[in-house]
Amino acid sequence: MAEIAVRVGGQAGDGIQSIGEALARGFSRMGLHVFGLTAYQSVIRGGHVWFQARASDGRPYSPGDAADILYALDKATVEIHAAALRPGGTVIYDPEKFALPPSDLPAGVQALGVPTLAIARKFTSQSILQNAGGLGAAAFLAGIPLDLLHQILLDSFGRKAGDVVTWNTGASAEGYRFAEAHASVCARALSKRGAPKLLMTGNQAIALGAAAAGLKFLAQYPMTPASSIMHWLAAHAQTLGIVVKQAEDELAAINMAIGASFGGVRSMTATSGGGFALMVEALGMAGMTETPVVVVESQRAGPSTGLPTKTEQGDLNLMLGAGQGEFPRAILAPSNPAEAYRAAIDAFRLAEEWQTPVLLASDLHLSENLMTVDREEVDLDVPVPSLFTVTPNGHTYQRYQYTESGVSPRALPGQPGLEFVAGSDEHDERGHLVSDIRAGIPVWVSERRRMMEKRMKKLEGLAKDAPPPVLEGTAGAPLTFVAWGSTVGAVRDAQAELAATGHPTNLLHFPTVYPLDLPATRRLLAVAHRTLLVEANYSGQFGRLLRAETGVELRERLLKYDGEPFLPHEIVARALEVLNDVRK
Amino acid sequence: MSESSATAAPQPIGTPLPVVGKSDIKPTWCPGCGDFGVIAAVETALKRLKIPRHNVVLVSGIGCSSNLPHFLGAYGFHAIHGRALPVAEGIRWANHGLTVVGTGGDGDGFGIGAGHFVHAMRRNVDLTYVTMDNQIYGLTTGQASPTSTLGQKTKSTPAGVIENPIDPIALALASGATYVARGFSGDVKHLTDLVANGITHHGFSFVDVFSPCVTYNKINTFDFFRQRVYKLESAGHDPTDLVAAWQRSLEWGEKIPIGLFYRTEKPTYEDLEEVLSAGPLALQPAGLHGKEKLLEEFV
Repeated sequence: MAEIAVRVGGQAGDGIQSIGEALARGFSRMGLHVFGLTAYQSVIRGGHVWFQARASDGRPYSPGDAADILYALDKATVEIHAAALRPGGTVIYDPEKFALPPSDLPAGVQALGVPTLAIARKFTSQSILQNAGGLGAAAFLAGIPLDLLHQILLDSFGRKAGDVVTWNTGASAEGYRFAEAHASVCARALSKRGAPKLLMTGNQAIALGAAAAGLKFLAQYPMTPASSIMHWLAAHAQTLGIVVKQAEDELAAINMAIGASFGGVRSMTATSGGGFALMVEALGMAGMTETPVVVVESQRAGPSTGLPTKTEQGDLNLMLGAGQGEFPRAILAPSNPAEAYRAAIDAFRLAEEWQTPVLLASDLHLSENLMTVDREEVDLDVPVPSLFTVTPNGHTYQRYQYTESGVSPRALPGQPGLEFVAGSDEHDERGHLVSDIRAGIPVWVSERRRMMEKRMKKLEGLAKDAPPPVLEGTAGAPLTFVAWGSTVGAVRDAQAELAATGHPTNLLHFPTVYPLDLPATRRLLAVAHRTLLVEANYSGQFGRLLRAETGVELRERLLKYDGEPFLPHEIVARALEVLNDVRK
Repeated sequence: MSESSATAAPQPIGTPLPVVGKSDIKPTWCPGCGDFGVIAAVETALKRLKIPRHNVVLVSGIGCSSNLPHFLGAYGFHAIHGRALPVAEGIRWANHGLTVVGTGGDGDGFGIGAGHFVHAMRRNVDLTYVTMDNQIYGLTTGQASPTSTLGQKTKSTPAGVIENPIDPIALALASGATYVARGFSGDVKHLTDLVANGITHHGFSFVDVFSPCVTYNKINTFDFFRQRVYKLESAGHDPTDLVAAWQRSLEWGEKIPIGLFYRTEKPTYEDLEEVLSAGPLALQPAGLHGKEKLLEEFV
């Protein structure tokens, strides 16, 4: 797999994200696969921000381990990132801003001083335009044609025509030509491979998938890294006919979503761990009232406020245990945007079919980073059946009627003759309380037991209906990775690296982390020679779940809880340790 | 249609009963509870307005009074403590063809649910919120509530309440409610008018009701209110005058006003949410069939 990676760094407010996205889009429009990593801090100005666009002729599933081109808007960027440059790499900088003696660079890395400020001054006194010159130079080195870069700039400025567009195209052209005159295209640059690919974040994929599944109502409270789900849907609310409500808090958000679902529309809320902690009681209400709702939980490093702009998979225990008492739920965990699109559709299907809350577990790494998606992976033709399914049949309607599957016919307000009360208290088949004057009376004690069993029965159906565990890679390999969610991406890249050095492996991953398809899980674990659990949390939460559910303990673990995503080389190193240990 | 209370026993599908009546579940409130007067007023108001029962959704939280939806034959959502209003708002936005009436207590609405109370009013969501305000926590057996009187001795405040009570009327006026009224469950006829007018009002209607707890609140009794309440309608109050409404809301002591404090016409949240101009959300098309153009932004 041939690849090239371009990194851009500077301070918050420098426009790093825009430069990075333009480069990522340059690659994706060349038909290359891209992983775009954005790294930032919880500040609006200052600090250190960086973006990396990694392009490849095969699919990169992670940021990778190294870069070839570094555009440094400040000296700190060189200090932080120069060591990540591969031999033959280039640092783009402006000598007017800081000096960069060769002694500051690793062996085999050269510097290219580009007069970005001087170029910008030709057009405007606004220093932000320096980015355009640097972007042009980076595009040249990365093998992105100038006309393509200009088209991307025109598209991104859109209707904001006028001077800004002229300045940007002009300055980027000057930067491009300067680089052309003083350097050559990176040896690792790739040429055009085919039709442009789609480039989207995990959150955009989730929002798109939800809309395709028939979402009509989103209620959300801002919280990184879930906010961009609301941003995307709000931007498209009018054209798609979706009501997007910014609620006063997460308590309101989920309760509004549950109310809307009861009222007859497909609804969703999205948040991160802190907000999800506030939603916990209402999640149980959705379970108790058998009201479908989809909750996106995009994890960030906790506990408490934690590291708001850094990633982790530390909320699995919370998602598994959220809510007093017991009720059925499913937790889906896609690993990349293409999977996230499908997972959102699956989440709505499962929530409706089983009339219970479905959690879509994401994390900052999946939610906010960009990845290419093939057009065929985003099939918008998703069946959206009517929710008004109960029709008169001459019999008494009971909303919570006992059934074989645990699922009862669901009427919606406005339907004549089907009136019922959805109760957060324990209730009978008609929905009436058994919590007050009936509680503890023998006949209602047994009704309570039956009603619990009816609800919990749905877990069996969910386990069969949700996406099953997947074993991919070499059959019978000496090492089986076990992973879930966004961590799967770095494992896949590590597997490719290991395979290239004669170490075939396979990967067991879980698009549904709960409820597990136990027969399949046991079967797949049984055929593994040796396992390595890879999770982005301190205690190996998924490993604990697997052990609780299957009795199988995964002793070899690679756990990361520093807020940074897994990088392939970390996984390769740990895998080799495990493999070498076996050979001893 | 009959004015006699229609009972909603388990009914064959497709033979709807026209208007809201009692359900076959009898209220479990203590004998003499103020809430009996409130449910009578809500039932009579809905009947008077001839709203078909399948188009009514009663939404409550948790507390004695929040059991109300079970006792009337309409759609109902008996939600968790304090969250009646966000659930009710969600229902309205999903289907604004429905008549949504929130019912609950002072602990539910002004304590644990205070944040939602304020925000629902500033949004001017077109629903009616009737609080059975007994100034005590009843279902948890007699602790102080957000409207308990300063100095009142309760199980949780044996030395007397040392916090100032919330004034729900003033809070509603400050939060932008467009229909603000106070009733007394000892005057069901007057209360019925307030509730009925609240339901027909275009916007957020708040009706706070003195609904005495005969078991745990020995101060704010039926007699306490009978001796003190007077009707704003008979006192020359102009309900379009916000300043006058403010002044009346501050009256407490020997004379306590009930009736309509304030009413104004403003666009509702549903009016201003453009997506809803195409009709109830639940009846609109959904999905992305044929919307491939949407993918262009990702190229």
